Amino acid sequence: MTDSAPTHTPTMTKLPLAERLRPWLPVLLVPVLIVVGYLIIPSSSSWLTLTVSGLAMGMMIFVIASGMTLVFGLMDVINFGHGAFISFGAFVGTTVLLALGQMTGAPSLLLNLLAIAGAVLAAMIVTGGMGWAFERVIVRPVYGSHLKQILVTMGGLIVAEQLIYVIWGGHEIVIARPETLKGAITFAGAALEKYRLVAVAVGLIVFLGLRLVLRRTKLGLIVRAGVENPEMVQALGYNITRVFVGVFIAGSALAGLGGVMWALYQEVITAHMGNEIMILVFIVVIIGGLGSVEGCFIGALTVGLVQNYAAFMEPKLALISNIALMVAILMWRPMGMVPVVKAK
Amino acid sequence: MSDPILQLKGVKTDIAQYHILHGVDFDVPRGAVTMLLGRNGAGKTTTLRTIMGLWKPHQGEILLDGAHINGLSPAQIARRGIGFVPEDMGIFADLTVEENIRLAALSGQPIPERLDWIFEAFPALRTFWKSAAGTLSGGQKQMLSVARAVVEDRELYLIDEPSKGLAPAIVATLAKALKDLKNRGASILMVEQNFSLAKALGDHVAVMDDGKIIWTGSMKELASDTGLQERLMGLKMETA
Repeated sequence: MTDSAPTHTPTMTKLPLAERLRPWLPVLLVPVLIVVGYLIIPSSSSWLTLTVSGLAMGMMIFVIASGMTLVFGLMDVINFGHGAFISFGAFVGTTVLLALGQMTGAPSLLLNLLAIAGAVLAAMIVTGGMGWAFERVIVRPVYGSHLKQILVTMGGLIVAEQLIYVIWGGHEIVIARPETLKGAITFAGAALEKYRLVAVAVGLIVFLGLRLVLRRTKLGLIVRAGVENPEMVQALGYNITRVFVGVFIAGSALAGLGGVMWALYQEVITAHMGNEIMILVFIVVIIGGLGSVEGCFIGALTVGLVQNYAAFMEPKLALISNIALMVAILMWRPMGMVPVVKAK
Repeated sequence: MSDPILQLKGVKTDIAQYHILHGVDFDVPRGAVTMLLGRNGAGKTTTLRTIMGLWKPHQGEILLDGAHINGLSPAQIARRGIGFVPEDMGIFADLTVEENIRLAALSGQPIPERLDWIFEAFPALRTFWKSAAGTLSGGQKQMLSVARAVVEDRELYLIDEPSKGLAPAIVATLAKALKDLKNRGASILMVEQNFSLAKALGDHVAVMDDGKIIWTGSMKELASDTGLQERLMGLKMETA
């Protein structure tokens, strides 16, 4: 052993262009899909309507799925009960919107948006609180056991759905969109529903907000590190359990927000609506790369666009389009589009 | 021996149905490097992980600066002033080198003076500052793992086999950095299989076998007695 170490000069080898572009390929998927849609859809106005519709649907699925992918990535928890937060968010939000009927019925964008903000806030508070209780009572005892997680979170979902029947009754509830968000605007000969444009904007804000928190803050750093290696995060001095609970609450609140958005999108809500959306949510979380918010965003937009284009071109194809999409993407990138490195 | 920074008294740890530590007793002196040596499977890594709170002892006491730390979470133990370099390095591959270092700075941002020292010891980390840690070589990852532990002053550093699987040139770089850390008065408990490195850095030694401490003493004493080395660890080496 010598005291003076040999000079260790690090060098960086420049990778070929194709190699450097490889990680970015999934980012190109959405624009490529939109261009393909333009080429195969005969009318450009139909293409524009379908594209906005697909993006809006994708954004709503992203809002719902982003929390779930973080919960899976960080806590390794498969939460089948996530659908309950969607349904509860929709019911709470709808109740608030119905109570604020004068505001939603007024032809004022400000009043309409205030009513929606109130509904969203109430839904997020309730579903965030539910998430906290869900994590403490149902999920915490089964950390580390996927089979038990599936069983107990399914049980939690059933209980939550039954609670909705008890509180709001078994019938579906019709909810009209606020006055100024009804109808469509015409752009380049295409009818674009106003609400869908709002959904795109909200989804984009949520994505940028999440990205900002995850990439630019210490909390985001802890969450990203925790997704990879929670044990080491603890050994560095951070209480990962508190981060787990925070992410679970945030994920549940986002599902609540998604529930309100979905309710206004469909204009009718049922106790099992969350459960029905969960199929799309699972597809998005899987093809995005478990634990990746960026992957989830790309996956959600892809699913929304494919579903809308396929339904227009061949309605029967829409039934299998998302499953086919999942198969194709997993054959291309078996760990999802933006895979997260796991140290476990 | 100076007053101990860390004391283990009758520590027993089970992992699932396996009894790994069967009552570990030893002291880690303050301001010195204590090498924890022993054959593979002797329980060295388990001892470090138990001190760190990553595995819970079911019996015994662990005292840091005289205060009990068994039963505390790893985060609480880390905040009491223990820096940990695990055997698998534990770097966050998706995070950049900068983010890995920034995460380890509990007080907020890394201290510039300390960063300068890290860059001087490990120039590769400056070169790859903005690169994903997963793209580093094995040796660079180990440098990052050590740098992360030393980015702030700690009461005690637990370092698990820093030379494992590394080329001699990288081991020499690491050894120099660790010697520098030692010269700054740090207290270090280090597991090491490379006896040459252990000899170069260690002041005190605790030898483990079958989940127990079977010998403690000075490195000078162990290094000068090949018979003792052979008896304790099965080593056959020339006297230093």
